[in-house]
Amino acid sequence: MRVGVVTFPGSLDDVDARRAVRFGGHEAVALWHGDHDLQGVDAVVLPGGFSYGDYLRCGAISRFAPVMTEVIEAAGKGMPVLGICNGFQILCESHLLPGALIRNDHRKFNCVDQRLRIERVDTPWTSAYSAGQEVTVVLKNGEGGYVASEEVLDRLEGEGRVVARYLGDNPNGSLRDIAGISNERGNVVGLMPHPEHAVEDLCGPGTDGLGFFTSLAAAAFA
Amino acid sequence: MARYVVDVMPKPEILDPQGKAVLGALPRLGFAGVVEVRQGKRFEVEIEGDATPDSLAEVQQMAETLLSNPVIEDYEVHLA
Repeated sequence: MRVGVVTFPGSLDDVDARRAVRFGGHEAVALWHGDHDLQGVDAVVLPGGFSYGDYLRCGAISRFAPVMTEVIEAAGKGMPVLGICNGFQILCESHLLPGALIRNDHRKFNCVDQRLRIERVDTPWTSAYSAGQEVTVVLKNGEGGYVASEEVLDRLEGEGRVVARYLGDNPNGSLRDIAGISNERGNVVGLMPHPEHAVEDLCGPGTDGLGFFTSLAAAAFA
Repeated sequence: MARYVVDVMPKPEILDPQGKAVLGALPRLGFAGVVEVRQGKRFEVEIEGDATPDSLAEVQQMAETLLSNPVIEDYEVHLA
């Protein structure tokens, strides 16, 4: 598959995300925030970083970047979209996912190897995992606290839309230990930890993150 | 020129870590008796022409779509 990775001004992890896409067996296509063009890709990754310097609110300005018009439209038609860290914040600001991400409750930037439990595995980004599988990937964020109303949280849990949950100490104050969620259909997934930094043994905590990028192929042939 | 002020505050039920940091610093500076600090944002928006219901509605629209995130923040618009 051809997987687009959007670069916004201030994106940090776009190159790692493209590399992870290639490790997952796909062609990585660099997309530019200022273009109204997805170049015919089959899926899109919104990478981590500090787009627009996190000015106003994380993701608030990127949400109105030209390329987001096409991303939102394609997501509505079922195209797989994965937002990692800042990408998750952009998806929430775009209302493609409910809730919001606020500053960590302990007010410090986190950079740790984080254990997670993958809970929803019927999405195009997580089908390579088994339900309940425990993985370790990098978590690095200053504003990673997931918040939503009790009603929204209950609905997410009731509909099985919590994709990943933190294990061990809650690293950022996210309500109900939520590390990642999906939309109803499952094609749009937002994740605060960084699977793209855990795709090879040379660096990072292992290869547990690779499944997010190999899942696409599994989904395509399912 | 019409000048509007948009005040944006975190919703009461949303944790405000920045306000908490300020709250923690004040006693160290000798300000006793402070029980709560919430930190928000203030925007000053200037619009061409006189203040009209239309321009007020436009600023409210800005507050709703960009200046605030209604999931976690409340906003108020008033003339400066």
